[in-house]
Parts: sequence; structure tokens; C-alpha cells
Amino acid sequence: MARITAGIATSHVPAIGAAFDQGRDRDAYWAPVFAGYEWVKGWIRDNTPDVVILCYNDHASAMMLDIVPTFALGFAEEFEPADEGWGARPVPTVIGDPDLAGHLAEQLVIDDFDLTIMNAMDVDHGLTVPLSLMFGKVEEWPCRVIPLAVNVTQFPTPSADRCWQLGRAIRDAVAAYPEDLDVQIWGTGGMSHQLQGSRAGLINPEFDVAFLDKLANGAEDLRNITRLEFLREAGSEGIELIMWLIMRAALGPKVEELHRFYHVPASNTAVGHTVLRPA
Amino acid sequence: MRQRLYPLEDLEDIPGTTVFTAKRSRQAYHLHKFCMSLMDADNRNAFKADERAYLDRFRMTEEQKQAVLDRDFNGLIELGGNIYFLVKLSNTDGWSTQKAVGSMSGMTADEYAAMMRDGGRSPEGQRSKREGN
Repeated sequence: MARITAGIATSHVPAIGAAFDQGRDRDAYWAPVFAGYEWVKGWIRDNTPDVVILCYNDHASAMMLDIVPTFALGFAEEFEPADEGWGARPVPTVIGDPDLAGHLAEQLVIDDFDLTIMNAMDVDHGLTVPLSLMFGKVEEWPCRVIPLAVNVTQFPTPSADRCWQLGRAIRDAVAAYPEDLDVQIWGTGGMSHQLQGSRAGLINPEFDVAFLDKLANGAEDLRNITRLEFLREAGSEGIELIMWLIMRAALGPKVEELHRFYHVPASNTAVGHTVLRPA
Repeated sequence: MRQRLYPLEDLEDIPGTTVFTAKRSRQAYHLHKFCMSLMDADNRNAFKADERAYLDRFRMTEEQKQAVLDRDFNGLIELGGNIYFLVKLSNTDGWSTQKAVGSMSGMTADEYAAMMRDGGRSPEGQRSKREGN
């Protein structure tokens, strides 16, 4: 049977990808950011999953113009890195898992999640920056990836609680998959940041640290955070944190926190990263 | 029908923040179509060669076109735009996202970068226009 063995959360700031690609990861500005990922790079070498279900948001690269899916599951065999206006990131093609994705899609729709199926799409920094942070510079990614894109951009986004419910349904669906697979689930984006207007640059460490604390211990409380509260407290783009709740709910009632990292800033954003294991 | 947890107007109550709604998405559809066209190198070259002529291929409003030419990101957001589309423009210009975002803050790029290095903008006094907290 397939099982979810761990959950990882991380910010997916595009500037981290640029620093990584351009070899600026040892610069004074970036070194503390990349140092925060040294632990996970070692850990994941010994705990490489067969498949990652990777919750991220598309930044107007493959969706959001003509179609705005609330939850979209990537169904392709392969996903190419998107050209976001300065050429595609020089990272490997992402290899999907249409068999497990097909099972998830069937089971999640039966569980009343009206998923959009993406048979073709490119993937942007939201998906590829986390892969670079966990696996470093590689010729090919060491596991398959099922992209799960969440609308966190156009209001109304799904609620925190809806994301929680989806995570729980993913847990059940994975457990019902007959193949013996080691599956991780990653939640990306956040933490606090605002990329617009006179409030640009907003960072709220108190909110972020409380969120990390609850994620490890008392995550049910996070289901009640309203969209409005995310905007007020974590900034207009901080609402990406709802994707972390999909990850957390998929791990079951209790977790052990294996690692945590928090750093301000990376470009406009507070960087948060945690590794959790079902307890 | 499920009740809202807060009045919809409250989304307008956050200082310096424009919530991107379906209505705004429609208002900016052609602006955003232009932004996404810049995901192609040939289109980027055509835009750089003659910005005005390239913009005229799109059914954007004159104000939207002018705001693009002026790189007026606050203006573009007022006209319906969303930052995730708009960074395709700043990426085409070779700007960092920090430069594009900082340009909306009323600070110089250096001042904004310094504020971020010092821990960013505090949410104190920035949560609600009504409450002033």
C-alpha cells in the first residue's frame, strides 16, 4: 500500500531560484537562506520518496488568465519549467505520475472535491524552487512529482478549512492506493509577504512563528483562520500559507517536527521551512 | 447558503491593499494577456523593439497601455492588474521582483531594500483603516 511518510513546507520565492541558478547562493545576502536548507538536503538523501504530491500556486504561468481552477491536479507524464519572462529555469523536466494522479483524481472527486485535471502545463518557480532547495543541482529529479495547483491569487481562494479537508482526503486516497509507494506531500509558498501597494514589504514574524508552532502542535486551530485574517496579518500574498494546511492535514492527527527554519528576508518575503513526520 | 464570516467590504479595509477579485480579473483580462505574451522570447523582443506598437496588438484600455509604458505598477493594480501577471513585464525589463514591488511602496529601491534587510514592514498600524491598528 502507498503511504505518506513525511510532509515538507517551504517558501518558493523566485529570487531564491535566481540566486540558485546564478551560483549566488554563497553571497552574504543568500548564504543564510541556503544554510537553512542544508539539513533537509542531507535528510532527503536518506528519505527520498517515490512520489511527491507538491502543493503550489501557479503564478500566472499556465493558468489564471483564461481558466482559474481552485484545485488543479497535474496529469501529464512530464512538465517543463515555464519561461516567466526571462527564460525558463535551467532545471530538469519534472516527471509526473499519471497512475497515482489518476487514482487521486478519481478518489478526490468521489470525496466531493471538484478537481480540475491538467493534461498539459508548464510549471513555474512555485514548483521548481522547492525542488531545487530540497535536491540541489541535479541532472534529473530523484522522484516523480504530482503538481497540485491551488488558486491563492484570485478571490475567493479556497478557505483554510477547505484546504485542510482536501489534505485529509489526499491522505485517505493515498492509503487506498494498492502499489507500495513512499509518498511525501509538500506545501509551498508563504510565509508573510505582500507584493503590492503602499503596504508592500509587510512581514509579520509573530504570525509566522505562531503558524509554525501550531503546525507542529495544535494545527486544527489553523483551520479557523479566515481569508481576511491572512490578508491583514500575513499580507496579500501570505495567504499562500493555506497550501501548507493541505500538507499538514495529509499527515494525520499528530506529527513530529524534524526540522524548522525561519529567516527574513528573501527579496520581499519571510522564508519558512519545516519537515514533519506523522507521529 | 453558507454565511460569510465577515462583510465583503472588509476586504477594502486593509491599508494599501487591493484584493484581486473575479471582477478585477475581467477588467485586466487584455492587460494580463499582454503580460503573459511576454513568456515568449520573440514577443519580448517585439515589445522591446517598439513598445507602443506591441501594446496596440492588445485590446487594453489607453490607461492600461500608458501605465505599462510608464512602468506604473500601482496604476496597473488600480486598473485591475495582479502582481503575478505584472512581474512578466518587470522580468522582461530585467528588474528583480523586489525592484518591481518596491516601486509601489513610495520608497526608493535602496530604501525599500534596506527596510527588507531590517526585517520588513511591520504590520502595526497597517491592519485596518477603520481600526487604525
